[in-house]
Amino acid sequence: MIALSTVLGAVVAQNVFFYLIAAVMVIAALRVVTVSNMVHAALYLVVVLAGVAAQFVLLGAEFVGVTQVLVYIGAVIVLFLFGIMLTRAKVGAEDNLTHDNIWPAVMTAILLALVMVYAVFDYAKAPWSDNAREIDVLGNSPTTVEQVSDSIFSTYIVAFEAVSVLLLAALIGAIVVARKE
Amino acid sequence: MYLSQFLVLSAVLFCIGVYGALARRNAVLVLMSIELILNSVNINLIAFGAYNGAAIPAEVFALFIIAVAAAEVGVGLALVLTIYRNSKNIDVGEVDLLKG
Amino acid sequence: MHSLIAVEAGGSAVQATGWFLENVWVIPAIMAVSFLIILGFGKRMPRGGSEIGIAAVGVCFLLSLLTAGQWVSEVNNADNCTPETCEYIKSDNAYGGDHADDDHSDDHGDEEEASGFPLDSNGTAGDGEFAAGFSAFVEDDGSSKGASPVAVVSERTWWSNGGIDFTVGTMVDGLTVTLLVVVTLVSMLVHVYSTDYVAGDRRYTHFFAFLSLFTAAMLFFVTSANVLQMIVGWELVGVCSFSLIGHWWEDQDNSDAALKAFLTNRVGDMGLLIGMIILFFASGEKWGIIDINQGAIDGSTSHTLLLIAALCLLAAVMSKSGQFFLHTWLPDAMAGPTPVSALIHAATMVVAGVYLIARLYGVFFHGLSIGGSSINALAIVGAITTLVGASLAFVQDDIKKVLAYSTISQLGYMTLALGVGAWTAAVFHLTTHAFFKACLFLGAGSVSHAVHSFDMKKDMGGMRKFMPTTYKTFLIGSIALAGLPPLAGFWSKDEILAGTGGWGFFEGESHANGAYTVMLVMGMVTAAMTAAYMTRVMYLTFFGEFRGGHHDDHADDHEHAHADDHHDDHHDDHHDDHAHHGEPHESGPRILWPLRILAFLAVVAGFMNLPKNFLGLPSNITLRFEHFVEPKNATGYFPLISHADPSWSLAIFSTLVVASAVGVAYWYYFVKVNSQSPSATEMVNGPTERNGLLKAGHTMLKNRYYLDHIYDGGEPVGAAGATAMGAIFGAAAGLTLGFSLDNGLNQAFVPSLIWGSVLGITVFTIVASALRTGIGIATFVKRPLAYAANWVHENVIDATVDEVGERSVQGANALYKYVDQGVIDGSVNAAGRGSQGAGGELSRWSTGKVQQYATVMFAGATLLAGLLIIVI
Repeated sequence: MIALSTVLGAVVAQNVFFYLIAAVMVIAALRVVTVSNMVHAALYLVVVLAGVAAQFVLLGAEFVGVTQVLVYIGAVIVLFLFGIMLTRAKVGAEDNLTHDNIWPAVMTAILLALVMVYAVFDYAKAPWSDNAREIDVLGNSPTTVEQVSDSIFSTYIVAFEAVSVLLLAALIGAIVVARKE
Repeated sequence: MYLSQFLVLSAVLFCIGVYGALARRNAVLVLMSIELILNSVNINLIAFGAYNGAAIPAEVFALFIIAVAAAEVGVGLALVLTIYRNSKNIDVGEVDLLKG
Repeated sequence: MHSLIAVEAGGSAVQATGWFLENVWVIPAIMAVSFLIILGFGKRMPRGGSEIGIAAVGVCFLLSLLTAGQWVSEVNNADNCTPETCEYIKSDNAYGGDHADDDHSDDHGDEEEASGFPLDSNGTAGDGEFAAGFSAFVEDDGSSKGASPVAVVSERTWWSNGGIDFTVGTMVDGLTVTLLVVVTLVSMLVHVYSTDYVAGDRRYTHFFAFLSLFTAAMLFFVTSANVLQMIVGWELVGVCSFSLIGHWWEDQDNSDAALKAFLTNRVGDMGLLIGMIILFFASGEKWGIIDINQGAIDGSTSHTLLLIAALCLLAAVMSKSGQFFLHTWLPDAMAGPTPVSALIHAATMVVAGVYLIARLYGVFFHGLSIGGSSINALAIVGAITTLVGASLAFVQDDIKKVLAYSTISQLGYMTLALGVGAWTAAVFHLTTHAFFKACLFLGAGSVSHAVHSFDMKKDMGGMRKFMPTTYKTFLIGSIALAGLPPLAGFWSKDEILAGTGGWGFFEGESHANGAYTVMLVMGMVTAAMTAAYMTRVMYLTFFGEFRGGHHDDHADDHEHAHADDHHDDHHDDHHDDHAHHGEPHESGPRILWPLRILAFLAVVAGFMNLPKNFLGLPSNITLRFEHFVEPKNATGYFPLISHADPSWSLAIFSTLVVASAVGVAYWYYFVKVNSQSPSATEMVNGPTERNGLLKAGHTMLKNRYYLDHIYDGGEPVGAAGATAMGAIFGAAAGLTLGFSLDNGLNQAFVPSLIWGSVLGITVFTIVASALRTGIGIATFVKRPLAYAANWVHENVIDATVDEVGERSVQGANALYKYVDQGVIDGSVNAAGRGSQGAGGELSRWSTGKVQQYATVMFAGATLLAGLLIIVI
């Protein structure tokens, strides 16, 4: 009995948090693409990225969530801010950050959204329908760092090495491209 | 938690990212929108991984995406800087050297 | 009472076989193909299509001779049959005893063997030969002969519905073969004759096309195996007759005559259809001629139905074969070209009715109780027709009209013969009549060719000097028609007179039949009249002084008041043929040779059927016609008729009668009229003008018994005339009905005369009104019909061929203009322009703006994804 209510409670809690975080993420993402202040856009992006990390944790992928925070929010956002600074973005609001004619983009986005949502509901069945597919996170216990690292360094070792080389190349490339002559 | 929740969330983020990539003038903002896209894909991936019970490959994949995305941002910004240095302007609407 | 021959059960019938007999459908097919070819290509041929027609009909004549030869050999083979050598067709159908009015109970022992005539309706290709059951054939003198072949039937089923099979096929026996030979021979001679007669005509090709079609239709009719085909052939020959009579339809009279022929035939055709349908249902839903006959003979068909059907068919025969009172179309049909009259209205089409009776003789024999002791409708109709026809022939001025009425009279003879049970005599007379009547008609045509007119009184006379060959052949034909020995007419007519059996009344022989004595008397009287009017014709045409030659311009020759005087319209095309009109001259060889051939046949044809034991000749020379033609042993489909004994006294008596008639006429014309003046045509103040009664009779004859008045509704008819007609008909009906009440001459005569007259007048009124209404209505459509037919021929058939040529030229031009210049050159130019344009358009898309590219890319990807997901 107690286990059941715990389970139910846990499930209910997950759902509540999911919707909260999702709402925040969507709003923040919308702000990213609409604000007139570049720094504000970057900060809203931080919110989105944090939300993504939270979703990862909800889905039981703790390591990825942490990595997300570390890499994205810690490094990528900093990079963006540096980029904003080095391209002499105005402090405060700017006017011409968005095209005047946004309708092609809007239509494309909406069309794409419709297609994708249709595909999703076709496969994964809407939450309110009878046979909606469920993610049973509690059943599948959250993955540990140990499992992930074991996997990387055994099954996906080649990919890992490749990504390393990629990072190296990117590093060298960025330096070469951005250096002063 | 239903699979479709995550997938719809992912789709929405993706579309917002697409919109941003197409509608924003500043190159850096375009890069930011592309980050949004990449993250939405990550959510999708992890969600499917959790649904299928094959979470580990999904997570590994997600890690690699993060790594690659970071590399991409680095290179991208380097490019933006170069363009800025050359034309003092990072309005993507005005970079039309490919015009034919 | 005809003494019937008792026969035993058993079989001595054998199945005849032979390639020609089984494939006789080829003969009408050849003529049909010839029709199509002439219609399509005739106008382009050097002789206008006539060479095709002549070739086709010549081939058909040869095939007919070969078919006849094969049949003869089959008969001869069967003669030598013994139970060991031949395979008999067996049946338990015993036929014997008097078959008067009571139904004959059939005693089929074994159903399967006596299956008689279920015609093989093969679904698969191939000939269906049938098996028939018969009784033994016993000669009149009691000796038993070998066997007799049975008609060859080959047919196939073309439709099957509800258990009824519709078959199409041919049936060949002696009768068929006789008609085949006669029709093709006369048709061939008429074809050759026509090449001279209608030369230069405006519708020469059309004429020959329809001659071919008519021959095809007649041959089809003659070789029919079932009554449906007979109906088809019957109607088709009627259509051809209509078309050919109205050949010069621009003249109102001609198209009127054609329509009258067609409508009068139509009235009779009602009877044909009703009769055939009754027979179909009465014989157990069978269409085959043999089935129907068998049903009638073995008694499985109810007698009442047979009687009704026979009477209905009699109506059809009356119209087609010109029996009284539906004969009125035949004299008017003389409006057509003379070859047409010779072929259709003398030798072939008009005998279609006689052929019908001969084919379905079982139905008539048992339906009308011909073998019985009282007279029947068929004999009465025939007898009256002979008298009427002969009487009317006396008062005609037009030579073709005389011959037309003579034809009516002779057809009456044939019907009379069939009505008294003398089947072979009728068929034999049909054959000989075809020869000498065609000879007479073609001779009349030859004369008219010379004087451009048919009016004996006005334009002829003394033609003997100018046209000796025509005169000789005409003379031979006339003698044959009159029936003087030893020409053909004598033998056939005498056989008919003997066949009536009435001679026994005077001689007291066992073949006496009191009722048929009347027929004999009527026949004898007619023979006398025939001789007399032919003598008149001879005098007016060939003797005396030439009265013609003063009609250079034919415009004033046309008298349209009455159809009596009828002029041949084709001279308009002929004027350049004759250097001078004053002196007529003999016709060319293409006209004379058919005359000679027919005259020859008129002389010798009679010897085909010499009477039994004639002058002690052996039996394989006498009665040849009867031997080969009459289906003696086929009592499955042919009733057992008796054959009257020939009688020397009858022969001598009839010859004397005819000779005296000739003498009287000769005296009247050659002596008395000629003594007035060589160019006189009749006696001034003659007996018909002095004697009131004779004058009244003459007037009635001149008005053709008022029948035309009644039918056409043209002139107001005197009440006297109409009442007279009705009374005559009523009397005839009363006589018939009275006699057929088995009582003979003296009892129940007066009361049956009264109610017979009432019935007769009623029926007559109905028929006359129908005809009158029909002709009245049709007056409006006559010309348009003819115009329409001509229009079709000119504009549809000819036009089609011309169109093809024109279109080809147009097509080639169009090809050059549109395809070569337009399409090919144009596409080359367009390719160049297209590239330019496309380049211009596409350059608008490469703006250099990345986001634009991205937008397009995303949009495209979305659409594709949407397509993939949602549709597929």
